[in-house]
Amino acid sequence: MAVYKRSYKGYAGPLTPGWSRFLILTRFSYARLFQSKFLLMFFASSFFYPMACAAFIYVSHNLSFLTAFNIPASEYLDINGRFFYYFCNVQGATAYLLTAFVGPSLISPDLVNGALPLFFCRPFSRLEYVAGKLTVLVCLLSVITWVPGLILFAIQSSLAGWSWTGGHLWMAGSILAGLLVWCVVLSLIALALSAWVKWRVSAGALVLAVYFAGAGFGSAINAVMRTSNGSLIDLVQVVHTVWSNLFRYDAGLEMSPASAWIVLGSACLICLWLLARRIRAFEVVK
Amino acid sequence: MDAIIELNRLSVRLGKREILKDLQGSLGGRTIGLLGPNGAGKSTLIQTLLGFYPPSGGSATVLGHDIRRATRNIRTLVGYMPENDAFVANMSAVSFIKMMGELSGLPPEAALERAHEVLFYVGLGEARYRMLGTYSLGMKQLAKLAQAIVHGPKLLVLDEPTNGLDPPARQRMIRLVREMRDSGEMHLLVCSHLLRDVEETCEEVLILKEGRIVHYSNLEQERRLNLRFVEIETRGGHPGNDGGFADALAALGCEGIETSSGRLKMTLPLGFEMREIYRLAAERDLQLRRVNFRRDTLEDIFLKAMA
Repeated sequence: MAVYKRSYKGYAGPLTPGWSRFLILTRFSYARLFQSKFLLMFFASSFFYPMACAAFIYVSHNLSFLTAFNIPASEYLDINGRFFYYFCNVQGATAYLLTAFVGPSLISPDLVNGALPLFFCRPFSRLEYVAGKLTVLVCLLSVITWVPGLILFAIQSSLAGWSWTGGHLWMAGSILAGLLVWCVVLSLIALALSAWVKWRVSAGALVLAVYFAGAGFGSAINAVMRTSNGSLIDLVQVVHTVWSNLFRYDAGLEMSPASAWIVLGSACLICLWLLARRIRAFEVVK
Repeated sequence: MDAIIELNRLSVRLGKREILKDLQGSLGGRTIGLLGPNGAGKSTLIQTLLGFYPPSGGSATVLGHDIRRATRNIRTLVGYMPENDAFVANMSAVSFIKMMGELSGLPPEAALERAHEVLFYVGLGEARYRMLGTYSLGMKQLAKLAQAIVHGPKLLVLDEPTNGLDPPARQRMIRLVREMRDSGEMHLLVCSHLLRDVEETCEEVLILKEGRIVHYSNLEQERRLNLRFVEIETRGGHPGNDGGFADALAALGCEGIETSSGRLKMTLPLGFEMREIYRLAAERDLQLRRVNFRRDTLEDIFLKAMA
């Protein structure tokens, strides 16, 4: 409309389908997030380890390269469950740091400035809001976790041949399941804390606190009570148990895989409950 | 006239408190004013109509859609400007309005075009690339109005639109509301405790008190009636006796004559000739000191309803 024609007019054009509108939040959130140069640098640095792993896989299939440098080729160059277990550990920890940086800025700014009524007075539900914000983190974490994991598996498959691929196809499933579950758990924790702690810095600190406090309290409970159940609140040990089970690698952890899965499921449910309590157009003061 | 909002024994309970009690009525004006003292339930009624709170009893429809079953349809057709601060601080106004347009269903290109249009329309064209967090209170109110109209709603709900505005900003907001009303593209529901705002913009008024409707008034009809409503002050004749002046006026079809020490208030019948009043007064040797065309103001109506 020309500037001189400042009169109100309605809109009678087409509308987008309702099912895809949660992705609008994701798109706008990415636009805001990647304005930060620090985030961009951290995100780029998250690919160093996968690239090192890719180089490792290449070297393990080109022993002549090692012998040229008089380096003995030994059994630790084997690409197996242990290799991908350690890949998960490193990328999982990187994902945690990225979550602590990105997660708090997703919901708390909307809560601080009372923007939620503006979202929910439109044909846009609370579920879509959470799905939109969750997609931001899950996609971002996926790009640095299971996506490079599957690329590494594909590189190994192409170099090792069909017989290796056929015998180790379960590893691809383990990479996808193990890391995707971790991405979802991290995203839900970050969103729940972001929804309850309005100050961004505090929310970020709390995400990290879940990591360290869980490990600390878990060890303390184990030592004082002479039990191993304290590890159930140690999220790191829980997810390591899941990964060691998925990659058929004995990492010497005492927790049973079933308990670890139950703890992860419970953590997700608690986070969803916290989000359902908080993500409302208006708070009802009873 | 089709009803824009129909209330059918609507009740809302928040916690243990019943905020809205058995609201019943049908509103169909181009602009509807929702009046009431603080805590009367005005904002709760709006938020219930938008589906934020579930009714504890009864039902209501907005633009023909039931608030329990068709919340999404209602929200597609309604634009809402909340009372309190509502924005995303670290976004420019144009990005924010575009996002809100897209969430309402506009395709990205159309949303961007409309975002620029509505920001120019509300008077924020020059500041549209500034971060919303840096806006003054008046500008934030205008940005809230812009997000409410970006998708071209059929019903615009304004909750205290002039809250915290200085007189020039208030005038600008009232002018915008009138312009939108006169564009004929949408209906407006204006919730305010400022009688002047409602009187200047609304055709219908619903007054709430303690969660109940205490008065409904069609201001437009009242304004038309004002032209036939006369207040007369007489002097002369015998004290306490107007010589049958009131009776004579009643015989000519004047209604609702109230007399008190020489003052008469009445509604004239259609086609009534004003010279009849002068003739009847002259016949009784009464002096006409004042003839006013005046009916109760909204303030009079409001104070009566609150009493």
